[in-house]
Amino acid sequence: MFHYLTLAALLFSIGLFGVITRRNTIGILMSLELMFNAVNINFVTFNRYIMTDGLTGQIFAIFIVVVAAAEATVGLAIVLLVYRNWRGIDSDNYAVMKW
Amino acid sequence: MSQAADVSIVFWILSFVILVCGFLVVSLKNIFHCALCLVLCLTAVAGIYILLGAEFLAAAQVLIYVGAVSVLMIFAVMLTSNLASHKIVQTNQNTMTAFFACLVFALGAVVLIGGTKVWRYATDVLPAENVLTIGKLLMTEFMLPFEVVSVLLLAAIIGAIVLAREEGS
Amino acid sequence: MIEHAYIIPLLQLFAFVLIVFFLRWREPLSAACSIAMIAIGWVMSIVVLIEMIGCHGVAYEAYFYLTAFASLNFEIGILVDPLTAVMLMVVTTVGGCVVIYSVGYMKGDPRFSRFFSYLSLFLFSMLGLVLANNFFMIFIFWELVGLTSYLLIGFWFEKKVASDAGKKAFITTRIGDLGFIVGLLLIAVYTGTFNFGEVFDKAGAGVIPAGVLTVIAVFVFCGAVGKSAQFPLHVWLPDAMEGPTPVSALIHAATMVAAGVYLVARTMPLFVASAEAAMVVAVIGLITSFIAASIGLVQNDIKRVLAYSTVSQLGYMIMALGLFGYDSAHNHHSAGYVAGTLHLMTHGCFKGLLFLGAGSVIHAVHTNNIQEMGGLGPKMRTTAITFMIASLSIAGIFPFSGFWSKDEIIATVQHHPIFMFFTLVIAFMTAFYMWRLCFLTFFGKPRDQRKFDRVHESPRVMTWPLVFLAFLSIFAGWVALPWLHHGYSSFVYYGEIHHAGPNYLLMIISTIVALSGIGLAYLIYYKQAISADRLAERFKPVYTLLYNKYYFDELYDLILIRPLMAFARFMWTFDARVIDGLVNLTGSATILWSDIKEWFDTWIVDGAVNGIGWLVKQCSAVLRFLEPGRVQFYVLFILAGIVVAALAKFEGAFIAARWPVLSAICLAGLLVLGLLTRFAEAGQKEIQAAADAADMNAEGQEQ
Repeated sequence: MFHYLTLAALLFSIGLFGVITRRNTIGILMSLELMFNAVNINFVTFNRYIMTDGLTGQIFAIFIVVVAAAEATVGLAIVLLVYRNWRGIDSDNYAVMKW
Repeated sequence: MSQAADVSIVFWILSFVILVCGFLVVSLKNIFHCALCLVLCLTAVAGIYILLGAEFLAAAQVLIYVGAVSVLMIFAVMLTSNLASHKIVQTNQNTMTAFFACLVFALGAVVLIGGTKVWRYATDVLPAENVLTIGKLLMTEFMLPFEVVSVLLLAAIIGAIVLAREEGS
Repeated sequence: MIEHAYIIPLLQLFAFVLIVFFLRWREPLSAACSIAMIAIGWVMSIVVLIEMIGCHGVAYEAYFYLTAFASLNFEIGILVDPLTAVMLMVVTTVGGCVVIYSVGYMKGDPRFSRFFSYLSLFLFSMLGLVLANNFFMIFIFWELVGLTSYLLIGFWFEKKVASDAGKKAFITTRIGDLGFIVGLLLIAVYTGTFNFGEVFDKAGAGVIPAGVLTVIAVFVFCGAVGKSAQFPLHVWLPDAMEGPTPVSALIHAATMVAAGVYLVARTMPLFVASAEAAMVVAVIGLITSFIAASIGLVQNDIKRVLAYSTVSQLGYMIMALGLFGYDSAHNHHSAGYVAGTLHLMTHGCFKGLLFLGAGSVIHAVHTNNIQEMGGLGPKMRTTAITFMIASLSIAGIFPFSGFWSKDEIIATVQHHPIFMFFTLVIAFMTAFYMWRLCFLTFFGKPRDQRKFDRVHESPRVMTWPLVFLAFLSIFAGWVALPWLHHGYSSFVYYGEIHHAGPNYLLMIISTIVALSGIGLAYLIYYKQAISADRLAERFKPVYTLLYNKYYFDELYDLILIRPLMAFARFMWTFDARVIDGLVNLTGSATILWSDIKEWFDTWIVDGAVNGIGWLVKQCSAVLRFLEPGRVQFYVLFILAGIVVAALAKFEGAFIAARWPVLSAICLAGLLVLGLLTRFAEAGQKEIQAAADAADMNAEGQEQ
């Protein structure tokens, strides 16, 4: 089980790194997907080794997938909008609320 | 049924692919290549699911993520990015900070996991019919979340369409 | 009346106060006041004299105790003895004549009343001086006399010469007074008293050591040197002629300069006790007399001649008194005391007359220069005759007053060959210059015709005093006729009565000397048989020396005045520099202090305030990092927080114990990395911008 958990943790870290670092917004979204997947792996692992009755983990992972899809949709729509208005999707330019 | 010893070579291959592709996703300059790597990564994750006995999830993963979301992403990439330039820097200034932070996090997580001595391992096994069980649970126990998620999907679709609509059309 | 002798000076003081405060604007009244007071004083003096003669010269003393200071008694009192009585007479007589004369002389002067007030004040001082019974009191009046002399000499102070003369007189006599004060202090130290009687008793008893006694006597004599214009302090008297002629007559002929002689006479016990001091006195008197007489030979200012004559005659008196002291110290009989005091009296009369007569001439001719006069005799009969009577008296012709007093003086010096020789020479010179004066002024042809035409005799108020004094000049000395047994020498004497019979040899010698002097003057100036100018040419160096008064004034100027002025100037400069420097320093220090405070205020106070602002800015610059408005940063911070929380909740012993430190290290590391990358980003952006520009250029070129 440790291997799966370790894998999930590493994947999560990678995704996290990407979220923090990526300049391209779509890149951020992609890194976010990685994080989601890592979480899913985690859930499924726990479901398989810790709490097997009810398949709760897998159900939850399904929901996560669905919500992630929805979120990716809306996010990309926003990205398109941003691209249309600002001629670029460099996340450095999103510092409008900067003090 | 068993502890950590149950890892086969497939796991290693798959995890290698996942990690490598993941890293590539976050660091490649060409965003299109990133998208492609993401596809590969997600596919490998589906493989992991199968190893963990979540067949339905693996299928769903492939269908939704690889089939739809990744394609959507590729579309978005092609609609918005300046692909051809090699001079675009894809990472902002926080690279080092983030690297160390994530490194710490990862190490912390690994240590945490490794240091945990007491796992309440399950004694039961997974149900044999995975798809059937999931279907049943979705309709009985998780009815409400199921419906809500549907509504959410609807809202997302409508929202996306509203947002991405051309002006004046 | 003797007991009330103190009234005499007080009357003059009363006149002074009255004129100054009440009668200033009524000129006739102020003159009348002065005259009245001095007239009363004159009458009282006569009474005093008669009483004195009546009680056979027994001294009377009365005093009023003032205060004591360290066992030294201060008192004011009067001492009336024959000498005092004689002095009173002289002062009041000559004073009265001068006051009456001044009515005519000062007529029309804008400060008429002030003049009379000064005269009264002077008479007060002089009378107080002669009545004093102790050194302290005599010193007070001594100074008062000096003060009034200054006021009177510089009366016409608009003329710089006059005010300078007043200053010179005051300062020169002051130098003498300095010696007098030292003498006084020594007396106080060694005898513990100021009273004349007590001091002289102690001096005679040998209480004072001999050397100290000599020193005291010499110092006391210093005062007389200053006041009586003896060598070397004689320089002020000729200049003092700048004052009005009545002033010259009163002060510089009869009274003030006589104060010195009076002092020596009064303090004779000191000189009798100390032969050395007495010889000093005599020698100085002789030197003075000779120098002054020689200068007087060639002067052209009528008053100057008379001034030098005064100095010379005073020298005679001083010399006589000095020789008396010397002889008495060696227990020889000497006529010196009688001679000196008698000559004082007669000199007062004829010198006063000479000055008043000169004043009359000047009043008529409006010039002091005898070279511009001549032939005034027929036009100014009274003046001329009285003047000539006085000249005969001063020359010592029988039977005028001067003859008798000069005879006494020659009797004094008869046992001292050198003194005798010089005395006769001086007598010759005296006769010569006086008659030179007479011949040049009243005889011959007028040298300045214009002035001559305006000449007229003086008014009667001026000529009556002349007549009166002429009368005295003839007969006043007759009290000392050697054939008298109870004459002057029985009245005014020192020690024991010394009654020498008439010495016909001396009388003849002095008469010959005097007549030869007059004869020479007659030859040169009346007959013009010998030319004065040729004589002057022949003896040119001598003439120049005499004409320039032996260059005394120049000498004093060089030695004393110039260094003193230089010193004063130096002190002024130093004072101004130091004081100014201090003030400027204070100002500079204040400015410096305010500069420091300004610096302090700007840098430290403002710096503190600005520093706080800067600190806040820096903190905010750092903290701004936390809120960049970018979601990605926020994710990073969330991650940091999770790390901290994870560390805190860690169950491993090593980390759980040190989780704050570790979390702090982690956060700090994150911060540092963030700052580093922030600066790196700037470089990255530049590269990016340059790359973009190059790219666009490339695209442009392609197209």
